[in-house]
Amino acid sequence: MSTKREPGFLADVDLTREKLVNRLFYGTLVVASLFGLVMLVLLIADVIWEAGQALSTFDIDIGTFLTATSSSRPERAGFGASILASLWLIGLTAVLAFFIAVGCAIYLVEYAPENRTTRLIEANLANLAGVPSIVYGLLVLALIVNDAGLGSVILAGAIALALLIVPIIIVATIESIRAVPSSVRDGSYAMGATKWQTIRRVVLPQAMPGILTGTILALARAIGETAPLIMVGTMLHATRYPSGPLSSFSAMPTQIYNWTYQADRMFNGLAALGIVVLLLFLVAMYALAGYLRNRYETDGGSISNV
Amino acid sequence: MSTEPQSGPGISGDDSLEAAHERNRRIRRLLFGCAAVTVVTTVAIFLVLFDNAASYFFGARISEMLFAGEAVERTVSFVEFFTGTRWAPAHATPAHGVLPIVWGTLAITIGAGLVSIPIGTATALYLSEYASTGTRNKLKPILEVLAGIPTIVYGYFAISFVTPILVDGIATDILNPIGSGLDSISHLAPFLLEPVSAWMLGASVGRYSMLAGIVVVGTMTIPMVSSISEDAMQAVPDDLRDGAYALGATKYQVSTRIVLPAAVSGIFASYILALSRAIGETMAVTLAAGFNPTLTVNPFDEIMTMTAYLVSMARGTSAVGTVEYQSLFAVGLLLFLLTLTMNLLNDRLKQRFQEEYR
Amino acid sequence: MSSNTTNERTTGESTSETEGPPDDTIIETDISVGPDSSRTTGCPDTIVRAENLAVYYGDDRALSDVTIEIPENRVTAMIGPSGCGKSTFLRSINRMNDRIAAARVEGDLYFRGKNVYDEDVDPVALRRKIGQVFQSPNPFPKSIYDNVAYGLRVQGKADDVDLDEAVERALRGAALWDEVHDQLGESGLDLSGGQQQRLCIARAIATDPEVILMDEPTSALDPVAASKIEDLIDELVEEYTVIIVTHNMQQAARISDKTAVFLTGGELVEFDDTARIFENPDDDRVEDYITGKFG
Repeated sequence: MSTKREPGFLADVDLTREKLVNRLFYGTLVVASLFGLVMLVLLIADVIWEAGQALSTFDIDIGTFLTATSSSRPERAGFGASILASLWLIGLTAVLAFFIAVGCAIYLVEYAPENRTTRLIEANLANLAGVPSIVYGLLVLALIVNDAGLGSVILAGAIALALLIVPIIIVATIESIRAVPSSVRDGSYAMGATKWQTIRRVVLPQAMPGILTGTILALARAIGETAPLIMVGTMLHATRYPSGPLSSFSAMPTQIYNWTYQADRMFNGLAALGIVVLLLFLVAMYALAGYLRNRYETDGGSISNV
Repeated sequence: MSTEPQSGPGISGDDSLEAAHERNRRIRRLLFGCAAVTVVTTVAIFLVLFDNAASYFFGARISEMLFAGEAVERTVSFVEFFTGTRWAPAHATPAHGVLPIVWGTLAITIGAGLVSIPIGTATALYLSEYASTGTRNKLKPILEVLAGIPTIVYGYFAISFVTPILVDGIATDILNPIGSGLDSISHLAPFLLEPVSAWMLGASVGRYSMLAGIVVVGTMTIPMVSSISEDAMQAVPDDLRDGAYALGATKYQVSTRIVLPAAVSGIFASYILALSRAIGETMAVTLAAGFNPTLTVNPFDEIMTMTAYLVSMARGTSAVGTVEYQSLFAVGLLLFLLTLTMNLLNDRLKQRFQEEYR
Repeated sequence: MSSNTTNERTTGESTSETEGPPDDTIIETDISVGPDSSRTTGCPDTIVRAENLAVYYGDDRALSDVTIEIPENRVTAMIGPSGCGKSTFLRSINRMNDRIAAARVEGDLYFRGKNVYDEDVDPVALRRKIGQVFQSPNPFPKSIYDNVAYGLRVQGKADDVDLDEAVERALRGAALWDEVHDQLGESGLDLSGGQQQRLCIARAIATDPEVILMDEPTSALDPVAASKIEDLIDELVEEYTVIIVTHNMQQAARISDKTAVFLTGGELVEFDDTARIFENPDDDRVEDYITGKFG
């Protein structure tokens, strides 16, 4: 057999068309993938530009903006009361959501038997995750604000937000609990510990960083939620600092909405500034979550207290 | 035979063990209660929505009818609700046809799907099959940021940039000139060219536009499609790809003929998820598309979605008992049932495809 | 065989003698067989007894018809190829098999005369009397001190004892005190593999169990660490009963008083004094297994 290489080795294989299609396809994919990037850049640029414009055109003082209450007169309007309202909201939401969500997750992973009730709970969770946030607002509006007579107060808003983020926290908690290796569980059971003792002393401490990370991310979602709060009933202008869970309020996102909705250009500018503040809060929360995740993923060190 | 001395009172432990068992039992009940809360929430949503929606259609809430003996009167007919084309429940001359806002929701959802589904799938394919690790590590966080931006910010973006600059730009700088150009030659094919040029010439944008809603909601749902689809594509085992490459297939062929079909169940699930999200989207679409319930196909027109209606009519405690208040729950119920159907559909599809690919 | 001096324990009747037919086959080995501590081969009580014990995982039979009497204060080794039910048997003793959903037990297993699978037996209580050491060391992600104190705290004894003293005693008993006494607050996971395993032993003996189950405790360790554990077992058996599953036949020959051989299908083929098993087994299969390894 001849082993000489023909000069036109593979010459009969014509791939020009295939290659062209491949190139075109690749190009299309790249362009499509850039769309998201472009929109993000435009969005951030727009917000920053508008905020900058607002500061200069309307001569807004940042300190005043951050501490004053809102008002129907844009020259005197500030974001301070909204910031405080949001902090109150997040605190209450965290308390309401955390225990229910973590409790449900522990039950599902450690205690729930394989029966129809359990499947029902799990199926229900999947559907709850898909409920639009505004529906939670409607629920709270009817039940809490009106039927229970609580009124349009922070606590009502917190209940709506808590219901919204409970499924998110449950998912993160289930993952974190499942990640605890069975070897340490076996070690605890072999010592004659009950199930709850094992959970409380071994499983939960080890899963806690993941649970906290998930909770912070869920709260980051909650802090930007507007629709449920509007349904619960927020003030058009946060003209007073809220004094507690039973105060009426306008939180950061709802104040932004009201300022955006107004025709007055100065209000629109204030909205841009408010968005910057809101985004800064989000960045801080994501950074905290990221820090937690990194610290406890690389460091397999000890978890104090039994 | 050897003796086997007993040890104490059987093997059932002492007081502290009994206490530990009791604690375990109590905690278990408490935790089950937490799980039950989630089920109760869903039940509550159903009950509250139906109860209050009844007051819209029948003049009194179901609970009032049952417990307070309120009379039942037909206030809004189902026929008018589901087939009427004018939506103005709070107007002096009220009209209760829900179609305009349902249409608004559908238009936004379908339009957003037309944006997010192709772009999301393409992005997922790019990330999964083509992108280098460096590019992936840069693009993925960007998509996550896109997903993490609150919808109110998207709404602001829509009203401050997308409508006045993008959409208006399309209208005035692109369509109007083309329209006037077409107009001058419309005598060549009047049947076709006249309406088209008229529309293009007349394209103008106010504060809100359907197109802005589509763009913004589409953009915000891209990460949903891309991340779930990408997971589905990554789950396709490499042996399948290797087999195809070994036969001399190009990357395009492998992507479209091997990867996409194998991942189709996950990809489809992501589509339904994105559409479901678009249906329930509120703030971005409200500030983008507006507050005018009309049945229109002109993307430059202002429309109203169901969620926008809810937001526009929210008045807290002041409006209880009014028609507007009652209508909130009728519309809310409709919205809830829509998204529930989508989610159940999603569950079904996931089950079905899981069986097929077993 | 090494001679054994009498041990202090006074016991009841003697154990039953196993019959060995005067078989001529003697297996030449060049390792010493039998523990070289001073343990008598006469008269310990039976502490764990199985009668026709069978364990199924779903439809698979992992353990078939095991009948065995395990003596107190002795080291009993269980050897055999992989998958022959040794670990399953071990887990049946402290009912850790209960944690496996598909596991099903038939037959009886007695701990100090009480059938552990009776209705009125609380497995949690049972496990407080029986300690377990696992194949891969699994200390809790807590400090060394908290690891050792865990059992005492969980069993509600932490208030009744001087915890510091109990921890020290356990760590000394596990031959670990000298190495870690000045770093009790450090994480247990920072120790070497061999130290972690000794920590797990300390954890197990801190609550003063009666039996210590060891499931291949040295298979994940280097030879030096392994031999330290073996020395430790020699000391532990003075206070506790040790039942050890091992793949390492030399190890079984070195440290155990009695050896049980499990072969395919979860069958207990022979159970006798270690010396007899390794030098003059009754069953041909056991002989094959042992010579196969050595030969």
